Amino acid sequence: MSNASFLSPARCPEPSDGGTPVIAFSNVYISFVGPAVLADLSFTVAPQETRILLGPAGVGKSVLLKLAMGLLRPSHGSIRLLGDEVTAMTERQLFPLRARTGMVFQESALFDSLSVRDNVAYQLIQERVPDLEVDERVHEALRFVELEHTFAMFPGDLSGGMKRRVAIARALIRQPELILYDSPTGGLDPVTSTTIIELVMKQRDVYRTPSIMVTHRLQDAFMLCTHRFDTTAGHMVPLPEGETDPNTTFLMLDQGRMIFDGSLHELLHTDNAFVREFLE
Amino acid sequence: MATNRIDRTAKDIVFTVQEYSLFAWQAFANLFSPPRYWTDFMVQADIVGVGSAAIVLLSGFFTGGVLALQSSATLAQFGATAVTGRFVSITMIRELGPVLTGIMVAGRNASSMASELGSMVVTEQIDAMRALGVDPLRKLVTPRIGATIIMLMFLTIVADACGIFGGAAVTVFMNGQDATQYFSEAYEFLHYPDIIQGMVKPLFSGYIIASIGCFYGMRTYGGTEGVGRSTIQAVVTASVLIIFVDFLLTQVLLTLMPPL
Repeated sequence: MSNASFLSPARCPEPSDGGTPVIAFSNVYISFVGPAVLADLSFTVAPQETRILLGPAGVGKSVLLKLAMGLLRPSHGSIRLLGDEVTAMTERQLFPLRARTGMVFQESALFDSLSVRDNVAYQLIQERVPDLEVDERVHEALRFVELEHTFAMFPGDLSGGMKRRVAIARALIRQPELILYDSPTGGLDPVTSTTIIELVMKQRDVYRTPSIMVTHRLQDAFMLCTHRFDTTAGHMVPLPEGETDPNTTFLMLDQGRMIFDGSLHELLHTDNAFVREFLE
Repeated sequence: MATNRIDRTAKDIVFTVQEYSLFAWQAFANLFSPPRYWTDFMVQADIVGVGSAAIVLLSGFFTGGVLALQSSATLAQFGATAVTGRFVSITMIRELGPVLTGIMVAGRNASSMASELGSMVVTEQIDAMRALGVDPLRKLVTPRIGATIIMLMFLTIVADACGIFGGAAVTVFMNGQDATQYFSEAYEFLHYPDIIQGMVKPLFSGYIIASIGCFYGMRTYGGTEGVGRSTIQAVVTASVLIIFVDFLLTQVLLTLMPPL
């Protein structure tokens, strides 16, 4: 892993307030047709905290992320994102707020008619940033995900893993104050998955950006918790035996409800039958 | 059971109309407030205008030719073949030019808009755009509506001109009539109300084509099958609405500006 510089310490997002959660769900409920997809959901993400959201497929993990960004509206409940009440905002008011966050979609969601450069620079182009600066920042973002050579390529020319990495570069280019990863390793081979997790870890440890990462792959979740990114070596290294990253904690959903919220240690020692079954 | 189904269908229809009205109004209102995406507007103008020029040109030419063929046969019974030029030009400019161009462009562009936006919806590209802080309605829909309204008007002019030339070709080369007589008839009996009627209709048709195409695209669900369904719905709805609105507009415009 190369050591990227596109988020120099001076440009690194500062937490708005030491203790104020970056995101806070309070008694959130959403249903489409039929029973609730998510019910009575409450949790927070603190500044610099990484929350790993676990749960079986179809339990509402992606819905939760879309709620956090205001892409979906809850039936009732409160969602505060970067201090603003998302549920009380109009779509138009939400756009500037969303621009302060980054989201990596499950299937990358790259714009297939645009080049990698234009995908990564999408926000900058809309903000009419000069071309030279755009190119420079895109190169830096692509260097961060080790895909600088794809600058002029199109999403159709990339493999699944490369698309995810480009999606990460797109989400990070504007130095977001919160990043949401929706199953960034889903459907990828173990080697590529490890590369993606290393990028997530790098973002967490180097730039301290708070995040929520949805996954149903326990090995990815545990790796994120038991390793740290070594900036000197340029790759991830395991934490000493028995240590875990204190800022990386777990959430777990089952049947639309939050059944676990705690550290890796608590997760491994919980009495909840479903969690135990999931872990086994 | 049957009552429930009728009830549900009626509610669905009302809901769809309500959704479309809000969607179309918002997209239109965006034309008058920043940010405006001029590059997207120009790209769409090229796709709709330049891209459709060939089919509009050909369909206009042959429609004019058919009009001349059909009308001259009937007019000959009254010894009035001399008025073929008048008949072709007025029919093309008032009615067939705008409607045929609208339907041709609907088939080509309402479908492409629905399928393009529909594909973006099912691959989460629209959500990604929203997540990146960009309004898809403003970025994708409004430029398409603006470009289609303006370009359809120019395409209609092209279709009208080609139709008149098509009629001239048939009149001169097949019916052996005089070209000067054809064109002077075509020109002399054409009045401003005819032109205004022909130019107002494409404004409405353009709005219908783009707003319907984008509306069905943006509400696509159900993967690739859903994209196909949206495309069909867009073309069918846009074509029917063009003819229906043309009927209403003709009635209104004939009342406001009776033929001279």
